[in-house]
Amino acid sequence: MAATETMTLNMGPQHPSTHGVLRLVLELDGEVIVKVTPHIGFLHRGVEKLSEHRTYHQILPLTDRLDYLAPMSNNLGYILAVEKLMDVEVPERAETIRIIMAELTRLESHLVWLACHALDIGAMTVFIYAFRERETVMEIYELISGARMTSNFFRVGGLSQDVPDEFVKKVGDFIDAMPGYLDQYEGLLTTNPIWLKRTVGNGIISAEDAIDIGLTGPALRGSGVDWDLRRDNSYSGYDKYQFKVPTGENCDTFDRYKVRLIEMREACKIVRQGLDRLKPGPVLADCPQVCYPPKENVYNSIEGLIHHFKIASEGFAAPEGEVYQGVEAPKGELGFYIVSDGGNKPERLRIRPPSFVNLQAIEQMSVGTMIADLVAVIGTLDIVLGEIDR
Amino acid sequence: MGVDNPLGDNVITTSLDLLVNWSRKSSIWPMTFGLACCAIEMMATGASHNDLDRFGIIFRASPRQSDCIIIAGTVTKKMLPVIMTVYEQMPEPKWVIAMGACACSGGIFDTYSVVQGIDEALPVDVYIPGCPPRPEALLFGLMKLQDKIMTERNSFGSAIGLGERYIPETA
Amino acid sequence: MAENNRAVVKLKEKFSASIIDVVEFRGEVTVTVAKDAIMEILSFLKLSLQYNLLTDLTAVDYLGKKEERFMMVYLLYSIPNKDRLRIKTPVSEAECTIPTATTVWKTANWLEREVFDLFGIAFSGHPDLRRILMTDDWVGHPLRKDYPLQGPDREPYKGRLS
Repeated sequence: MAATETMTLNMGPQHPSTHGVLRLVLELDGEVIVKVTPHIGFLHRGVEKLSEHRTYHQILPLTDRLDYLAPMSNNLGYILAVEKLMDVEVPERAETIRIIMAELTRLESHLVWLACHALDIGAMTVFIYAFRERETVMEIYELISGARMTSNFFRVGGLSQDVPDEFVKKVGDFIDAMPGYLDQYEGLLTTNPIWLKRTVGNGIISAEDAIDIGLTGPALRGSGVDWDLRRDNSYSGYDKYQFKVPTGENCDTFDRYKVRLIEMREACKIVRQGLDRLKPGPVLADCPQVCYPPKENVYNSIEGLIHHFKIASEGFAAPEGEVYQGVEAPKGELGFYIVSDGGNKPERLRIRPPSFVNLQAIEQMSVGTMIADLVAVIGTLDIVLGEIDR
Repeated sequence: MGVDNPLGDNVITTSLDLLVNWSRKSSIWPMTFGLACCAIEMMATGASHNDLDRFGIIFRASPRQSDCIIIAGTVTKKMLPVIMTVYEQMPEPKWVIAMGACACSGGIFDTYSVVQGIDEALPVDVYIPGCPPRPEALLFGLMKLQDKIMTERNSFGSAIGLGERYIPETA
Repeated sequence: MAENNRAVVKLKEKFSASIIDVVEFRGEVTVTVAKDAIMEILSFLKLSLQYNLLTDLTAVDYLGKKEERFMMVYLLYSIPNKDRLRIKTPVSEAECTIPTATTVWKTANWLEREVFDLFGIAFSGHPDLRRILMTDDWVGHPLRKDYPLQGPDREPYKGRLS
C-alpha cells in the first residue's frame, strides 16, 4: 500500500475569494482540509497607534476606514464611546438620523456580503443585482455627506450637518423597493439546488462553541443564540424601535444566510420607523466645550470662527477614566474602548474588531470539509480585512 | 534618446505601432487585486452601474493573464513583498495604476507599518487621487492609461523582439 | 453603584485579598485585581457568574505614569444576564508575562497573540504564541509608548502632527 502524506497549499493573500488580503495556509489530505492556518496583518495600518496621536475629533475619519463596508456603523460606535466619556446628550433628530444611517449601512454591508458570498460560490448574477442596490445607498451617502464610502458624517454630539430635504423621499423610495429586491435575490438563491448543496450543512458551529470562540453578530445568531446588542444593551435610542432578531437552527452557512436576509428586511422596517419619527430640530448638542459650532456661525461671526479653530486644532480635554461602547455592527459586536488620561488625545484607543474574533472560528468550521467549502466558510463569516488588521 | 529602436519611425512601423497600441488599450486586463477600501470602489466600477466591460476591461484573477495592476488600497510593509512577486509574475507589457491616496502617498496612514506610496517600489503610470476615488475617477484614470498607451512607440518592434517600447518625450 | 454589582459582591466575598481597586465610571464597573489571582478570578467569573463571552482582551501601556508599566484589560460579557464587567491587572515590565486565558475562553487565543505582538507581553501556557499582525522578523512592539509612530527607521515628521 502506497504511503500517503498531506499537502500544504498556500491560499492568498492575492486570491479573489479571500475578501482582501487574507492568507491561509492549508494542509490537505487529497481535497479534504486537515488544518487551516490563517495569516493576517497584511493590512495592518496602525490605526490604534495613530489614534494616540490624534485628538478625539481627528480620530473619526480613521474609523471610517476600519470596516470600509460599514463606515457609518464604525463612526457610530466611536462617537457613542466619546459621548459616553464626555457625558454629552444628543438631540433626538440626530439620534434618529444616526439610526436610519446605521441601518442603511447594515443593508449596504449585507448587500456586499451577499454579492461576494454568491460570487465566490459561483452565482454571478446576484453580484450584479446587489451592487445595483448598493449604488442607491451610496447615492444617499453622497447626498448627506458628499462622499460615497468614507462618509465621516457623524460628529461627537450629533451630526456634521442636517440632511437635505430630498433625503426622506430618497430613503423612503429605496426602503419601499428593497423588499422586492430581496425577494428577487431569494428567488435566485434560496431554493436554488446548487446554492443549497453548497451551503446546507457547511461550516457548522454549535452555539456553545460559537460563544466560547467569541462569535458575535449574525454568525452567532445563525447558531441559534438570541442575542443582539441593539435590543439587549440598547444604545442611541434603539429601544424605541420595534424589530425582530432572527436566529438560525442548524448552525450552518445556509442559516446564517437566512439570518442576514431577515436582518435586511428588519433593517428596512427600522429605517421606516425612523423616517416616521423624524421631526425638525437641532442636530448638534448644545455643548460648546466639545462640539463644533454650526457652520453658519463659523462663516458669519468671529466668535464662531475662533470656536471652530479651537475645537479643530486643540480639541477638548476628556475627563480621566475609561469607557467601552459596543455597537451591533453588521459583522458583529464592534467595540471602542477609550482610556483617557485627562488630555485631548486618548491614552489608548482599543477597537474590538468583530471580524478579527469571528475569523478565529474558520479552523473549527472548515476542518474536515473540502477545499471548495472553505470559500463558502470565508464568505459566511463576512470578514473585512480593514477591520481585522486595523 | 537612448532607447533602442531598430525599426525607426517610418510610416509602416508607426502605423503598426498604432495598431498594436490600439489593440492593447482596448483590452486592458487588470488584476483583481483589492487591498483595502479602494477595492470596493474598484468592484463597484466593475459592477452593474459603471460596467468596466464596455471598455474591454475585464478583471483577471491571475497575474499571468493580466497586463495592468491596480494598486487599490493601503500597501503595508508586510504586503509589499507579495505585491512585488505578483508584479514580477505579470508578462510584459504591464502598467501600474496607483488608486487612492494610500497607494499614491500613504494617505492618512503615516505610520510604522505603511509604505508611503507604492511608487517607492513599482513604476506607476497613472495616479488616481481620492479616498477612495469615485468609480468615475477610476474610469478616468483608466482612460488616461489608454491615452498613455496610444502614445507609445516601437510597440510592434518590441513585440517581435526588436528594441524597447518607449514614450516620445514630446508626447 | 459599583458595590452592588453582582460580580463585585461575589468577588469581594471570595477574593477580597486580591482585589486592588473597584471603580465605577459612567456606569461601567472596573475591578483591578492582583496578577497572581487572575486565572482563578477569570475562571470563577465564567463558571459561577456566567460571564461566558470574552468580548475583548487588550493591554494599556502606562510608560512613566504608573509604577507597573502595563495593564492587562479583560472585557467580559454575560449573555444570560446581559451585563459587562471589566477586569484589569497590572503587569510589570521586569516580569512581562501573565498566564494565558485561552484555557477559559478560546477567544483569547488570537487576542493574546495580538497583545504579544504589539505590546510584547508574553502569555505562559499559550498554545501558539507567535506574532500575528506584524511580520515574524519585526523588531519591537509598535503599541508600546516608546515605539515611534512612524517607525524607528524613519526621520520623525517635523511638520504639523497635532
